[in-house]
Amino acid sequence: MRNMSTAVLYNDQGGAEAAVEAGQESTPTTSSSGAAFGLFSTDFKKNEDLKEMLESNKESLKLEAMKRVVGLIAKGKNSSELFPAVVKNVASKNIELKKLVYVYLVRYAEEQQDLALLSISTFQRALKDPNQFIRASALRVLSSIRVPIIVPIMMLAIKEAAADLSPYVRKTSAHAIQKLYSLDPEQKEQLIEVIEKLLKDKSTLVAGSVVMAFEEVCPDRIDLIHKNYRKLCNLLVDVEEWGQVVIISMLTRYARTQFTSPWKEGAIFDENNDKTFYESDSEEKKEQTEAKPYIMDPDHRLLLRNTKPLLQSRNTAVVMSVAQLYWHLAPKHEVNIVTKSLVRLLRSHREVQYIVLQNIATMSIQRKGMFEPYMKSFYVRSTDATHIKTLKLEILTNLANEANISTILREFQTYVKSQDKAFAAATIQAIGRCATNISEVTDTCLNGLVLLLSNRDETVVAESVVVIKKLLQTQPTQHSEIIKHMAKLFDNITVPMARASILWLMGEYCERVPKIAPDVLRKMAKTFTAEEDIVKLQTVNLAAKLYLTNSKQTKLLTQYILNLGKYDQNYDIRDRTRFIRQLIVPNEKSGALNKYARRILLAPKPAPVLESAFKDRDRFQLGTLSHSLNVKAAGYQELSDWPAVAPDQSVRNVEVIEPVKEWAPLVGKTKKSKSEDKFYSDDEDEKEEEGSESSGSEDSSSSSSSDEGLFLSLFRDCGGLFRVSLQVTTPSFGPVKTYELLHHMTGKGLSAKYHFPRQPCLYQPSMVAVQVILTNSSDHSLEEIHIGDRSPASLNIHCFNTIERLEPEASVTVSMGIDFSDSTQAANFQLCTKEDQFSVSIQPAVGELLMPSTMTEEDFSKEQGKLLGMNETSATITMATANTSSQAIGKQVLSVANVGVVSSSQNNVHRFAGRTVSSGAVVLVSLEQKESCAALLTINTEKSVMASMLLRDLKQALAQA
Amino acid sequence: MIHSLFLVNASGDIFLEKHWKSVVSRSVCDYFFEAQERATEPENVPPVIPTPHHYLISVLRHRIYFVAVIQSEVPPLFVIEFLHRVVDTFQDYFGVCTEAAIKDNVVVVYELLEEMLDNGFPLATESNILKELIKPPTILRTMVNTITGSTNVGEQLPTGQLSVVPWRRTGVKYTNNEAYFDVVEEIDAIIDKSGSTITAEIQGVIDACVKLTGMPDLTLSFMNPRLLDDVSFHPCVRFKRWEAERILSFIPPDGNFRLLSYHVSSQNLVAIPVYVKHNITFREGSSQGRFDLTLGPKQTMGKAVESVLVSSQLPRGVLNANLNPSQGTYTFDPVTKMLSWDVGKINPQKLPSLKGTMSLQAGASKPDENPSINIQFKIQQMAISGCTQAGQTL
Repeated sequence: MRNMSTAVLYNDQGGAEAAVEAGQESTPTTSSSGAAFGLFSTDFKKNEDLKEMLESNKESLKLEAMKRVVGLIAKGKNSSELFPAVVKNVASKNIELKKLVYVYLVRYAEEQQDLALLSISTFQRALKDPNQFIRASALRVLSSIRVPIIVPIMMLAIKEAAADLSPYVRKTSAHAIQKLYSLDPEQKEQLIEVIEKLLKDKSTLVAGSVVMAFEEVCPDRIDLIHKNYRKLCNLLVDVEEWGQVVIISMLTRYARTQFTSPWKEGAIFDENNDKTFYESDSEEKKEQTEAKPYIMDPDHRLLLRNTKPLLQSRNTAVVMSVAQLYWHLAPKHEVNIVTKSLVRLLRSHREVQYIVLQNIATMSIQRKGMFEPYMKSFYVRSTDATHIKTLKLEILTNLANEANISTILREFQTYVKSQDKAFAAATIQAIGRCATNISEVTDTCLNGLVLLLSNRDETVVAESVVVIKKLLQTQPTQHSEIIKHMAKLFDNITVPMARASILWLMGEYCERVPKIAPDVLRKMAKTFTAEEDIVKLQTVNLAAKLYLTNSKQTKLLTQYILNLGKYDQNYDIRDRTRFIRQLIVPNEKSGALNKYARRILLAPKPAPVLESAFKDRDRFQLGTLSHSLNVKAAGYQELSDWPAVAPDQSVRNVEVIEPVKEWAPLVGKTKKSKSEDKFYSDDEDEKEEEGSESSGSEDSSSSSSSDEGLFLSLFRDCGGLFRVSLQVTTPSFGPVKTYELLHHMTGKGLSAKYHFPRQPCLYQPSMVAVQVILTNSSDHSLEEIHIGDRSPASLNIHCFNTIERLEPEASVTVSMGIDFSDSTQAANFQLCTKEDQFSVSIQPAVGELLMPSTMTEEDFSKEQGKLLGMNETSATITMATANTSSQAIGKQVLSVANVGVVSSSQNNVHRFAGRTVSSGAVVLVSLEQKESCAALLTINTEKSVMASMLLRDLKQALAQA
Repeated sequence: MIHSLFLVNASGDIFLEKHWKSVVSRSVCDYFFEAQERATEPENVPPVIPTPHHYLISVLRHRIYFVAVIQSEVPPLFVIEFLHRVVDTFQDYFGVCTEAAIKDNVVVVYELLEEMLDNGFPLATESNILKELIKPPTILRTMVNTITGSTNVGEQLPTGQLSVVPWRRTGVKYTNNEAYFDVVEEIDAIIDKSGSTITAEIQGVIDACVKLTGMPDLTLSFMNPRLLDDVSFHPCVRFKRWEAERILSFIPPDGNFRLLSYHVSSQNLVAIPVYVKHNITFREGSSQGRFDLTLGPKQTMGKAVESVLVSSQLPRGVLNANLNPSQGTYTFDPVTKMLSWDVGKINPQKLPSLKGTMSLQAGASKPDENPSINIQFKIQQMAISGCTQAGQTL
């Protein structure tokens, strides 16, 4: 049976192949005549011939087929049944074909998970490609395939890419973090580690993407930002525009948690009451000088200063995000600088205008002064869309004050006549708001609105009635004329809301118009059945109120209306009627409520407050989606209040020199095992765990087998760097750390690293010996490498001899001597080639400024006796358990400082002695072990600054395993 | 960030969809269609629409809605700005951004969208980089491709993406090195019926076309830089230099780009170079109205006013207009009540005018408002703001 079936299968395949071949031959003819039969050929057997084309061995046919498939995807048509045929082409040499296959794969992999796995190995191979773009695109597609099984593979790929030499690949890995997180949130902890590493990256390419990943994965881990805060601020101008938006909004949140408020207490509310902004500003300043002076954190100032030039970006999103940053972070008198830029955005596309106007509306409620000079920019144009018009109206209303109200009202008069009736109605509401806010113009507005009552347009009239009703409620005195006028117009008004409003007004002020009100009720009784529900309800109310105040005239009418209401179709009206009847008509059943009917129905009612729809929008961060919708959107991060006391500022301090370790793990496992122990140990542990966990072993095998390939490809990529790092790990140098002096990217191919050999300097005894390894990783030879200008100019350096020529891929080690004068101040100088000059600096760790001195235990105690009091620095420290043996202590101390071991008779006391290189001052270190991990560390020297720095370094080294 | 993108045409059909994360059903657009129905004009569709699980942010350009689907908080301007950038790119690639052009080039469109966003976050939006990745289709290239079987996708990888000047590709070579700068200024003014200017502002741009070999570093200085107090720059311009010396210093992108745009606000007095005399009346009771419009030039420094186009939305009651233009042609659309008059060039000796009568709906009452009139015109070689260029150096 089996044989049979396979045979059949073979036959089938053979047939298919034949068909393909036939198809190939005939395609040109069919495609030329295809247009005529398009109806049949495209729809009928589309998928059939696509499959054949994809399986053919002609590139052009495959490409043609893929283009049609992409067309299908674009139209949203399902083409998932082609998956097996498409996925075969994933390893194609043709770039366009490959890209189209990627598009397909990303679209359908989720639906066809098993088949998608077939393509994974191709990407794994591409991840090791020497070309950075191929590595990046492989990672992009791999991470876009949403198949849960490959999570471990993705994790591994991300970790590797995060340490890639190419910033472009690192950027891609930052994007992949978000993808993996959305696929499997369980990976959060590991991803945070990668984010932490990438945040340290100095490339502007990476900054935006990694902050985006930070915002998606762990927006609450503000502690990861501290060390990178200043770097991000400084890089900001050079980051690509989309990254700028993300970084600025993250830094806004960060600054709100880390700095104290630059706003004087209560200053927020001052603004509204004050007449003009400028006055209040000067007041504010005066008070500020009198009160306790506020000193802005320099980091806070740094952020404000570095974002300011971005107000001139062509990208509206960047401008908006800087504007919101200033709004939320800057001292009140500095916010004004954003005004002009925001107004400029109003000349952009309609959608941009919409968002910007919304934000201005919120701002203008709190701070009229900011936008008042630009009032004319908010004048409505006849070509604006309705939602833009209403927003402009909103802003104009917010800006209105005694000084400009006449101008604004004149402008409003034009708007009321607009043919856009929805806009005209909104204008009337705006007039109402102006009238309540500015008491001087209330009467003028009211009169104007009354005139509008005779307008021909119904919506205008209706809106006017509603607004007049609200206005009268706020000022019910002597307005009976207007009520009378409205009663006269009542017959002509047909809009239900307006009729209801008039009826309510009649009822509420029936005592002011005692003659007219019963007459209106009489008219209503006639038309009651034909009215809208809302009008009926108000008629019942009017009847009830009149019954209470003027029962003689209206008793019968009221009863008639109540009877009509009792049999109404709408249950609301029936309910209301029943309720009112019980309340006002006394009968034997009615209880105590009856007595209070008058007080219930004719109670003085609080006037409605006409306020802006943007009043409470400032609870959202400006420029956000939540602000735009006035609803909290998913994933919205609250902006915290300023802390009363600023958290520790020193967390943002960064040491100037970044050790070369940055990219270390990639360079291979040999290195990691030695010098990287401290830094990446946790990381590696986890990797191993993961490897054992993923029993599928696809990833573990591939990762181990690929190490060599990885090595090779890297070798090609980074050239000399690789060799240098091997050199570092050779044991002959002892526990020496290598620091980077010049990176080959900034050095145009010239890279330099340095370390302290801890040998006495040959040139002068007061100098510290430094060895510099120069490597040429460019493709041409570099000439005349030498040291140029130095700063401070007095700096005493013994330069190496000029290197005449350094061939590509070659490296050379040279020695220098530098007199640091016993300070950790960096030595800055210029490293020059024939064409270029690069400023570099060497900053020594304090331990490198010492040289060991040998002495006996007796001498040690004698010297120590001389250096007491001011010259003694000590602290109790906690050591890592691994460091408690005397051998480990020795190793750790020596790794930090170049001192000599003093043999000790006591087991629990360890002594080290040294002298400073420059002045020869004695430095004594003694460590007295207390119980288990605690110890007393004492340093005796007259250089007290060095003592405290050394203490810090030692403490850190001993606390680490 | 951006989850998916749908392109919707004027008749409400989705003709292209693209997803950057998992697939969002196109039924999400129903909320958009609802909003579209509610809006009276196509422009009135709100740019941000909330739905139960997603948010839709849309822009309308060239009668196509670009609807982006968002799932969580993101600055709306970020999305809007990006969508406009997409439209600009399409326009750059295909010359026009119409439904037909997009459908014809659907593969290029897809390739572009794939490069522009990764996981919903913008990746490459600079036109110079994109053009290195995907070559714009031209007739010649399409022919060559069909014959030789080569493709639109660039063989080289974009080096610009890595450099410090991502907007410029490396290795540019020209035999004729040339650079052109166009200063385009638009005034936007509201004028009341008596002819006095209520508000006027100038929006200017400097568009450049630079074809220079290598990595040129240009500086551009102005006679009166004080005028340009509110500017926005292409990312290539060095902010610091501008702030300190008011000199534009930049390494330009290759080809056409917008160097800067500036805004001179209404505080400065702007002289409008044309005037309009109008006399539009409707008489109560009769079904006739009179229409009389004359245009004239004002303070144009001897330059001719060209391509003048007058349009006006007449009141709803107007049934038809019977007018007589002294030059140019006019059309009146009885459905939208839009009157437009293509005047052409204004001859100062013989001012163009449009006179005649309008017939109104019988029995309808007199419209209570006079229509607003929009005028567009062009003047070559004149800068209203008085901004002049002092010199440029390489």
